[in-house]
Amino acid sequence: MSKTHVTTTINGDVTEFLCEPADTLLSVLRNELQLTGTKEGCGSGDCGACSVTVNGRLVCSCLVLGVEAQGAEIGTIEGIESAEKLHTIQEKFLEHAALQCGICTPGLIVSTKALLDENPDPTEEEARYYLAGNLCRCTGYDKIIRAVLDSAKVMRGAA
Amino acid sequence: MVSVVYKAPDSIQAAISILSEAEIATKILAGGTDLLIQMQGLVNESRLFVDIKKIPEMMQATLGDQGLDLGPSMCCAEFTAREDIRAVYPGLVEAAFLIGSTQVQGRASVGGNLCNSSPAADTIPALMVNAAICVIAGVKGERSVSVEEFVTGVGTNCMEKGELLKLIQLPRPAKNTSDAYLRFIPRTEMDIAVAGAAVSVTLDDEGVCTAARVSIGAVAPTALLVQEAADALIGTKLDDKALQAAGDAASAAASPITDRRGTVEYRRHVVGVLTKRAAQIAATRARGN
Ligand SMILES: Cc1cc2nc3c(=O)[nH]c(=O)nc-3n(C[C@@H](O)[C@@H](O)[C@H](O)COP(=O)(O)OP(=O)(O)OC[C@H]3O[C@@H](n4cnc5c(N)ncnc54)[C@H](O)[C@@H]3O)c2cc1C
Ligand code: FES
Ligand code: FES
Repeated sequence: MSKTHVTTTINGDVTEFLCEPADTLLSVLRNELQLTGTKEGCGSGDCGACSVTVNGRLVCSCLVLGVEAQGAEIGTIEGIESAEKLHTIQEKFLEHAALQCGICTPGLIVSTKALLDENPDPTEEEARYYLAGNLCRCTGYDKIIRAVLDSAKVMRGAA
Repeated sequence: MVSVVYKAPDSIQAAISILSEAEIATKILAGGTDLLIQMQGLVNESRLFVDIKKIPEMMQATLGDQGLDLGPSMCCAEFTAREDIRAVYPGLVEAAFLIGSTQVQGRASVGGNLCNSSPAADTIPALMVNAAICVIAGVKGERSVSVEEFVTGVGTNCMEKGELLKLIQLPRPAKNTSDAYLRFIPRTEMDIAVAGAAVSVTLDDEGVCTAARVSIGAVAPTALLVQEAADALIGTKLDDKALQAAGDAASAAASPITDRRGTVEYRRHVVGVLTKRAAQIAATRARGN
């Protein structure tokens, strides 16, 4: 089967790749483009480890085809920091020790960024519901939620 | 996963041509939240995927005096953010908001939920109580069917090869009408309904219910419109007795199965409780309208 040529924008950079039409965006990111920050947990939309944005919308990259990236704007964990400086959300995850093994962390940070872009001042309940599709088997979520709400506070102050 | 040929036509006409002329088995791709998972299990097979998200009218929703014209493939995140639609069909919007996570809603569509035709699909009961019409397009032209006629069994519907669901039409509800949808899952998020109930009620100026529709999900091979439950509400002021009778009628209409999510007895009971509560919420909303 012949591979398809796809031109897309990833974290602001125009990027080209070849993929099989059946390849998921997750597999393209990790295996073709070596953007391995995006993780694979379940491959079925349940865990959120593979969270990325497509045209600004938060999705599971395991449920998107690579060919669907044609002409789209993709945002991954690699695009969260700027000029090699950690994003506030990343700093707050570290500060609050909101990770243990870390497999869920890139997805959670991408999702938190999407949450705070939409709603800069979420209640704890809103944050918990928004992030319900990001599973973490280690932390028990409390530290994650504290990091999220603290990030929101700092980011509101900076805006 | 299967081997895939991918096409993304930009018009319904082009999509129909591709679907009807295809030499290998075709699959329409909307948000892919059911389809891509179903395809993972298949090996040594090929499918032609027709991605319909590049077709503008599949992705739009227009609310007018006649009601809602919903492009079937608009993702739930966009759909549930539409305050204008929520104001008129709050029950349908809350059903769409229950699907999966934020990420899943970023892809999953109401049309895909309907076409996948799972007995537990959350939007189907809510579409039924809103008397939604499915407009199906194919080589032979267009036809319109109700949601009750559309869904024919567990994962099956009335669409034939070469056809696609091009539009979901909801009539504008009468004055003092509102709807609600409730489902029960063992956790608070990210699970499939053990039972679900949607109710729509219309009240007159004295608060008497003049019209009602009740639909139950996940307790039969397809979601069911329960006329006996609606009849129990019509002509009453939706007092406790009427609500109880509607709940009992819903329980009686259910023919659930026992699986790891719940037993027959449990589902039958829960669907009655949900019907009662959804009727109460719909009534409160209708009084406020
Ligand atoms: C983690 C997770 C959690 C979920 N939770 C829920 C839940 O709580 N409640 C619930 O109801 N569902 C749930 N779902 C399933 C839900 O996401 C899907 O049913 C979704 O709504 C399908 O829409 P889609 O756009 O993704 O469709 P697709 O997956 O693209 O398509 C689904 C099926 O419909 C066909 N199809 C799609 N659009 C059309 C069309 N316009 N014309 C003809 N055929 C068409 C496709 O060929 C395919 O067979 C969940 C899914 C996941 C992955
Ligand atoms: S890997 Fe995509 S949701 Fe789990
Ligand atoms: S830190 Fe291990 S899964 Fe979240």
